[in-house]
Amino acid sequence: MKKEIDLMNMYADSQDDYYDDSKILPKADDPKIMKRKNRSIRWISFFFLAVFIGLIAYLVYFQAVESTRFENSSYNRRRLDLLSEKYIRGSIYSADGQRLAYTDTEGAEEVRVYPYGRMFAHVVGYSANGGSGIEGACHSKLLSCHANALYRASTVLKNEKLTGDNVYVTLRTDLQESAYNALGSNRGAVVILDVKTGAVLAMVSQPDYDPNEILANWDYYTSDDDAVESLLLNRATQGVYPPGSTFKIFSALTYLRENNCQTDGYSYDCSGSIEHDGNVIRCYNSNRHGQLDLKQSFAKSCNSSFVNIGLSIKRSDLIDICESFHFNRKLDLLLPTSTSRFLLTEDTDSYELMQTVIGQGKTLVTPVQMAMTAAAIANDGKLMKPYFIDHVETFKGVTISKTFTKSYGKVMTDEEVSVMHDLMKEVVLSGTATSLSRGNYTAAGKTGSAEFGTQGDSHSWFVGYAPAENPEIAICVLVEGAGSGAEHAVPITGKILNDYYN
Amino acid sequence: MVRLLTDISKYLILILFVLYTAYSFVGLKITDEQRSARTITKQRILLFAVHLIAYLVLYLNLKDISILVFYPFEVMYLLAYMKFYKLFYPGSNARLINHFCMFVAIGFICIMRLNPDKLFKQFAVIFVTSVAAFFIPAIMKKGRFLRKFTWLYAITGLGLLSAVLVLGHTTYGAKINLDISGSTFSPTEIVKLLFVFFVAGFLYEYPTLKQLLAVSVVSAAFVLLLVLSRDLGGALIFFVTYLVMLYVATKKSRYIFMGGGGFCLASFIAYHLFSHVRTRVNTWMTPFSLIRSDTSQISQSLFAISTGGLFGIGLCQGIPNTIPVVISDLVFAAICEELGLLFGLCLILLYLSCFLQISDTAKQLADPFYRLIAIGFGVEFILQALLNIGGSVKFIPLTGITLPLISYGGSSAMEIVLMFAMLQGLFILKDRR
Repeated sequence: MKKEIDLMNMYADSQDDYYDDSKILPKADDPKIMKRKNRSIRWISFFFLAVFIGLIAYLVYFQAVESTRFENSSYNRRRLDLLSEKYIRGSIYSADGQRLAYTDTEGAEEVRVYPYGRMFAHVVGYSANGGSGIEGACHSKLLSCHANALYRASTVLKNEKLTGDNVYVTLRTDLQESAYNALGSNRGAVVILDVKTGAVLAMVSQPDYDPNEILANWDYYTSDDDAVESLLLNRATQGVYPPGSTFKIFSALTYLRENNCQTDGYSYDCSGSIEHDGNVIRCYNSNRHGQLDLKQSFAKSCNSSFVNIGLSIKRSDLIDICESFHFNRKLDLLLPTSTSRFLLTEDTDSYELMQTVIGQGKTLVTPVQMAMTAAAIANDGKLMKPYFIDHVETFKGVTISKTFTKSYGKVMTDEEVSVMHDLMKEVVLSGTATSLSRGNYTAAGKTGSAEFGTQGDSHSWFVGYAPAENPEIAICVLVEGAGSGAEHAVPITGKILNDYYN
Repeated sequence: MVRLLTDISKYLILILFVLYTAYSFVGLKITDEQRSARTITKQRILLFAVHLIAYLVLYLNLKDISILVFYPFEVMYLLAYMKFYKLFYPGSNARLINHFCMFVAIGFICIMRLNPDKLFKQFAVIFVTSVAAFFIPAIMKKGRFLRKFTWLYAITGLGLLSAVLVLGHTTYGAKINLDISGSTFSPTEIVKLLFVFFVAGFLYEYPTLKQLLAVSVVSAAFVLLLVLSRDLGGALIFFVTYLVMLYVATKKSRYIFMGGGGFCLASFIAYHLFSHVRTRVNTWMTPFSLIRSDTSQISQSLFAISTGGLFGIGLCQGIPNTIPVVISDLVFAAICEELGLLFGLCLILLYLSCFLQISDTAKQLADPFYRLIAIGFGVEFILQALLNIGGSVKFIPLTGITLPLISYGGSSAMEIVLMFAMLQGLFILKDRR
């Protein structure tokens, strides 16, 4: 205590030396001086005012933009139970007006019914346990009611549940049925898009499950049992696979961009394999393709010729093209979607480059990504964002919101599109997908056989569009572990197109 | 029927509260005494209406008899607070009294909604402190001596913070509380007040370089002790308060910039030094990635706010108790969930308005010692509101600071009750030098 007093005395002494009363304490009644004195306090007030305006602006932004994402998060289970007490969950309708999901209120308990069962399993999903698919993404739409105020007031007064709004999706039952039947029990996925809008017309994933039985089988489906084969996974959006020869679309496009779309200058003599820096890449079954131009290289899917192209192009151009097609970028679709991966850099060794340009290497793609790619070529180079919801209606049929199509931008010039059309048509006319030229439709596309593992297994791909002139739909078929594209994915595509154009 | 009433009540409460907030801003500009008195009466009617409707809805939904027991006591407390100040301190600031009562009333509503068992303790702390604090303005009237104890404030404050550092127990990664015979006490809250007195005592006369150095070193010691206790929110409040007071005392903006630079450097070091700082910052940037671990407070808070929407889902209609530490740290999320974001925005505006009222008071004070105390208190008050609300909506990382007068917590309630009593004391003294 003694010391403190000393300190205080010392302080009292020192203040006498430096203290000049006239400077420090101006007359309080002089408004001019008061104003100057208060300037610092005013600045402080302004500062906090600005910070608070920032906070409020942030909250308004959060509410307007981000809150839906948080509200619909499958982790946000809190809300679903509450809303289910107030609303009868709305129905989901297909583009052709068929009911894909509805809530049956006849019995003692509400039951969610999926009339098409397994056919729409992954894309429509289920509402229980946090939900998945469109069901999981549209909780807040299905569990809200925008019908007129009179109806709402009278229902609430009667202490009854409100009928939720109905979601109309872009899926078509005819195409979905064709795709579902064509894929059959093959493990894999089919995606069909409207090339002009990006609307998802069909989406199938195998193995599947019956959403009507989801709760009964939940423990088994989510167990580690190998036999389950991750059947809850929507392979169309979440599965990532090596693209195989379908990647040659990007390699060919890079060649076109670097050579101003001049294909005359290219020719290559294929001897069934190509060697560079001591590494050898073989053609499929070591086929000798002989003398080829670019169109034939693409149509016959000649690996050697494309490695030859790959060694001549600038890596940065290939990287730019892949990134413009949304590789390594989130697609931000309604359903959970994996990001397609393209890992080539300037430092990657030449063997990996040789593999990458023919779709082996470390590149991984989702089926929906490849469907988007085909759709972009068919849509004059405009890459459209795939979407699932067409519009939302009240149960009385009044439209309350409609989806606007969104383009990721034009990723190809008109000349590039025109040459790519020719290349993809040639695949059907004389290349690896000639079986598609025998139907009452025209098609264009690219096959692929993506090797994986060490046993020489391969995934079978077809990506393309139809009709070849004036395209309407883009399609991607992937069959896991089946073999070559020509043998599996192409016939499945053929069945679907046959059904559709019959 | 109950549901319908609950639904209607949320809109009613919102309208009343919007009006109250609007009056609080209008009040800042009114100089005419009669008009001012009228707005103050209107505000009080709105205040009691909000309180009554909320308690009615709480009772209809929860059917808990304690709601009916507490209600008259709370009303009596609020009325007494208003009346006693008016009666014994005619020069007191009625607007500040109103805001104080509004925050307290909202706090009571929140605690009653979230955990009625805890309301008694909160009510008791606020009541007893208010009674004791009622004499503060009278003491301050006598007290030019208050400015002489500069070093005593510093030594007491540093002593208390050291005690927390050595003896305190850890909650959520920070040492904040002391156990005193079974109940926890957080001395940091009271030290906040002492700190302002200390800095004001040093700076109210234009400081010499030596004094400036002394006050800065001691202030740095305060901040350092809090950083060592890992109470980073507290450290930030002390630091900013010190900077603002220094700026107001010297009017040199370069101190603010130097301080800001120092702060950035310190944050950088803290991020790399403390794992729990890293966790907080990481959760702030990507709330979903850590959602399954126990640091998902912020995600639950955002879920609650986003599902509440603009108008909320109505009192007792949500499940705010699933938000971790909702009653103390994340009470704002519970408010937004049930009463809506618009109510939350008004609450933010009300804190701002209250701060502007305090800084307005500071401007009118002729005595530089009192001026500094007023602005110091104002900054501490608004910073607590900012750090709490900003943290619970992911505007800034979570810091574990309570929402003044609304969050459950005896020490922080005590601090703000004392602070408002002293502010009233300052207001009464505004013409004195």
